Amino acid sequence: MSLIGLTIGQARDRLRRKEFTARELATTYIKAMEAARPLKAYLVETPDRALAAAGQSDARLQKGDGLPLDGIPVAIKDLFCTEGVETTAASKILAGFVPPYESTVTANLWRNGALMLGKANLDEFAMGSATITSARGPTENPWRRRGDNRPLVPGGSSGGSAAAVAARAALAATGTDTGGSIRQPASFCGIVGLKPTYGRCSRWGIVAFASSLDQAGPMTRDVRDAAIMLQAMAGHDPKDATSAPVPVPNFEAAVGQSIKGMRIGIPKEYRLDGMPKEIEALWRRGIEWVKAAGATTVDISLKMTQYALATYYIIAPAEASSNLARYDGVRFGLRVPGETLEAMYENTRGQGFGAEVRRRVLVGTYVLSAGYYDAYYLKAQKVRALIARDFDDAFRGCDAMLTPTAPSAAFAIGEKMDDPIAMYLNDVFTVPVNLAGLPGISVPAGLSADGLPLGLQVIGKAFDEETVLRVAAVLEDAAKFDAVPAFVAGAA
Amino acid sequence: MSNLVKGHTGEWEVVIGLEVHAQVISKAKLFSGAATDFGADPNTQVSTVDAAFPGMLPVLNRFCVEQAVKTGLGLDAQINLQSVFDRKNYFYPDLPAGYQISQFSRPIVGKGKIVLDMPDGTAREVGITRLHLEQDAGKSLHDQHPSKTYVDLNRAGVALMEIVSEPDLRSAEEAGAYLRKLRAILRYLGTCDANMEEGNMRCDCNVSVRKPGGVLGTRCEIKNVNSIRFVMQAIDYEARRQIGVVEDGGKVVQETRLFDSGKGATRSMRTKEESHDYRYFPDPDLLPVTLDPVWLAKLKADLPELPDAKKARFMRDYKLSAYDAGLLVGERESAAYFEAVAKGRDPKLVSNWVTVELFGALNKLGKTIAKSPVSADGLGALIDLIADGTLSGRLAKDVFAEMIASGKAARAIVAEKGLKQVTDTGAIETAIDSVLAKEPDKVADYRGGKEKLLAYFVGQVMKATQGKANPALVNELLKKKLAG
Amino acid sequence: MALDKATVARIAALARIKVPEAELDALAGDLSKILTWVEQLDAVDVAGVEPMTAVSHARPPLRDDKVTDGGIRDRILANAPETTNGFFVVPKVVE
Repeated sequence: MSLIGLTIGQARDRLRRKEFTARELATTYIKAMEAARPLKAYLVETPDRALAAAGQSDARLQKGDGLPLDGIPVAIKDLFCTEGVETTAASKILAGFVPPYESTVTANLWRNGALMLGKANLDEFAMGSATITSARGPTENPWRRRGDNRPLVPGGSSGGSAAAVAARAALAATGTDTGGSIRQPASFCGIVGLKPTYGRCSRWGIVAFASSLDQAGPMTRDVRDAAIMLQAMAGHDPKDATSAPVPVPNFEAAVGQSIKGMRIGIPKEYRLDGMPKEIEALWRRGIEWVKAAGATTVDISLKMTQYALATYYIIAPAEASSNLARYDGVRFGLRVPGETLEAMYENTRGQGFGAEVRRRVLVGTYVLSAGYYDAYYLKAQKVRALIARDFDDAFRGCDAMLTPTAPSAAFAIGEKMDDPIAMYLNDVFTVPVNLAGLPGISVPAGLSADGLPLGLQVIGKAFDEETVLRVAAVLEDAAKFDAVPAFVAGAA
Repeated sequence: MSNLVKGHTGEWEVVIGLEVHAQVISKAKLFSGAATDFGADPNTQVSTVDAAFPGMLPVLNRFCVEQAVKTGLGLDAQINLQSVFDRKNYFYPDLPAGYQISQFSRPIVGKGKIVLDMPDGTAREVGITRLHLEQDAGKSLHDQHPSKTYVDLNRAGVALMEIVSEPDLRSAEEAGAYLRKLRAILRYLGTCDANMEEGNMRCDCNVSVRKPGGVLGTRCEIKNVNSIRFVMQAIDYEARRQIGVVEDGGKVVQETRLFDSGKGATRSMRTKEESHDYRYFPDPDLLPVTLDPVWLAKLKADLPELPDAKKARFMRDYKLSAYDAGLLVGERESAAYFEAVAKGRDPKLVSNWVTVELFGALNKLGKTIAKSPVSADGLGALIDLIADGTLSGRLAKDVFAEMIASGKAARAIVAEKGLKQVTDTGAIETAIDSVLAKEPDKVADYRGGKEKLLAYFVGQVMKATQGKANPALVNELLKKKLAG
Repeated sequence: MALDKATVARIAALARIKVPEAELDALAGDLSKILTWVEQLDAVDVAGVEPMTAVSHARPPLRDDKVTDGGIRDRILANAPETTNGFFVVPKVVE
């Protein structure tokens, strides 16, 4: 019996039935992680640590004292600071940085018994939607177009996490989502990716990109697993002033609940000109699925949708330009010498930051600078308020919203490179959700004509991940997505 | 008294505004749980938040908010129920995050005022523009190595209150009075130690000059002057420098300057770059600060009596002069000391003893009133001995000196040294007789009209009685005897 | 907004990022494209709208004034490129 291909839900049950041990499960996934090296999903492998933790899981499981995630091997996006394990944010400027502290979210996972297989690749400082800006090289999507051998992007920025889970080289992974960085790669890799409400998970110990948008979340094989992971990851953290002091409900209990009588909003502005027909078709299928499950759909309007990307690409770079000022060669990471202090700063940051990070830091610096603050940053914050208001108004008439996750399936590594803006358009459906701070999930719902996964997104009210999970589970049941990528680790 | 400065071309008005950075008294830092103690080994009071490690986040210390609001109340200022923390972005090695968390457009405290006690006894009101909370930076040491700078982040993140005055000050004296009053208020409230020499209160001076009634001149900022005396010197120098520049036909260049205390002069800071663009924006890691009006009202009600109110009360209830009252309320501890001694005693006499004798002795010893060798009870006992006639005022001073030096009580010293005042008229008359007998010529001169000689005779009698005779009695009896 | 090389150089200096001369033109092109693209917000009427700075929906507690951190110098200095006697070391600042 192959241990590869289990979900957390299944592994959890079988571990307790003593069908196998945590050590066996860990060993299987460690081998899978090694086998998946051609994908470059992982930057750092931590097999010894995984085995040691598995041993402790086994001890507890033996006694019948199993913790919720005991024995579950996970990949951790290399944006989460892990104590004693190199954390680089896929940037040269943090090469060799070994944090003396553990992020709250990963500490929560370890406290629940999970074990770390390794650190997953990402776009540098989480800036990107293809994982091609990583200083360590791109991650490959385990999926390939039918009859085409070109390597594809896994999406980004949590591309390493998505690829690892899709390739069965991890049972689950953590990601972060600032403009779609969990949901879009989940869609490109045919897995589930959940971005919780802003403030649901702590940001303490996560390398900051855009403080008012960043949010950690789970990337898993199915919706139940996402609920299980979120249960462990979430919770108020007094060390994070933006962490919401709200209780964590039983997310798993929402999975499998009926959506009869629910109203699902269909935002008309998400129907883009030139939208690929197959994505429109998938969306319509999703609408049929929720209706078949007893929900009604209502047309809603999110008037400001067309301005969301521009708003995001002012606010996120602005906050990033300030958050990345600490990478200066003084206290950690790369230092490129200079004759003067200023030269040292400029050399270090000039060589330490990749091209996309440099672009965004400079855009951010510009839009905050004297004379431009009002026209750009202040204006964007006001438009953001309007975008949030759109959702508030719309949610008076529906309980959740259904949209596609991405405007295309995965594209080839090397495509969309001429124009930074072409890359930005990948986030058109996901970005508004971050601007409003709401929860959103991507569920694999079908395949493109090329045989590549396509996801559907469910958006919920603030702190209503339960409804999001409920609707997502219904979609998952209906979609019966059982396609497997071309590359499955351990299947070789 | 005119504040105008005479130049070649006429008189000039000096316009001064002061920005004070006052370190908040608190156990932990403004946004982290590291300690704020002075003098610790480098980087031993630094958390990963203070050092701006990746993923670190600030969380506001509620007590620092309280301290800032109390200070605002003490400055009679508007307290803003909603305020926002902004990031001030710039690069410097002792600013680990590459930005300082401060308050820019919506500070916690708005407009207020301070009353200056001028040396000539007049009072002048000076406006406060605002007070805001911000992080202090660490320390960069440039003098430890020829080509390297050493950085200690112990101070990084300590809470500061930046207190900005309106440009209402018109002389170095006024600036001095402003800083003294501000210091007193901060110490009364317990919100800042306000010791410039120790660096927990720093002052930047903005100085410009203009012809009276004219438009404001270009101002220069003199940064980080670290004593009240130096602030006054720097202002005087800078005013004269600017007047000189303008009268020579030049223009004052807006710049940042440093005060060289050795030379008593200001000099330009060599900044090679353009003026800073701090790119202020609201810190997205923090929520706006919201104050509860009920909490605020209680804070206001619980404020201690502040210097101005105490001074007014001393003048009213103890009938002290503005000058004396002002001296006594300079420190909360002095005022408390005075009131303890003045209970049931002549307040004018007590005031004199405290402000002249006690303060004089403490100054010589370099001690604060908290460390006074003579307690309030001790001084009170000494004053009782004067009041009941045991000691003359003159002798009491000697006793006091002994109390200071030995720590012994007044009564004990009087007994030890047999210093009881002589009030026995017989003994005094005997002394007088012997003095007058020795100086018949002078007696004749006195009787001839040289009345000034009385003082001489009094002195002689006091000498003859080792200072113990009651001077009033000596006067009275001498006059009688000399009258014949 | 079209940015010229000089402006890009100035912004890069503000951000302390050294950009080789040869890359300035291309970078100016990229930044100009992005800034022009985001200027679509000019079309939005925001009269009377308050800027949305904080996303948080609830108000978390502030910190108590207690010393709970610090005293970890070794960990603070462990990743530093250069230290001496407990200090971080950088090239000398000219003041």
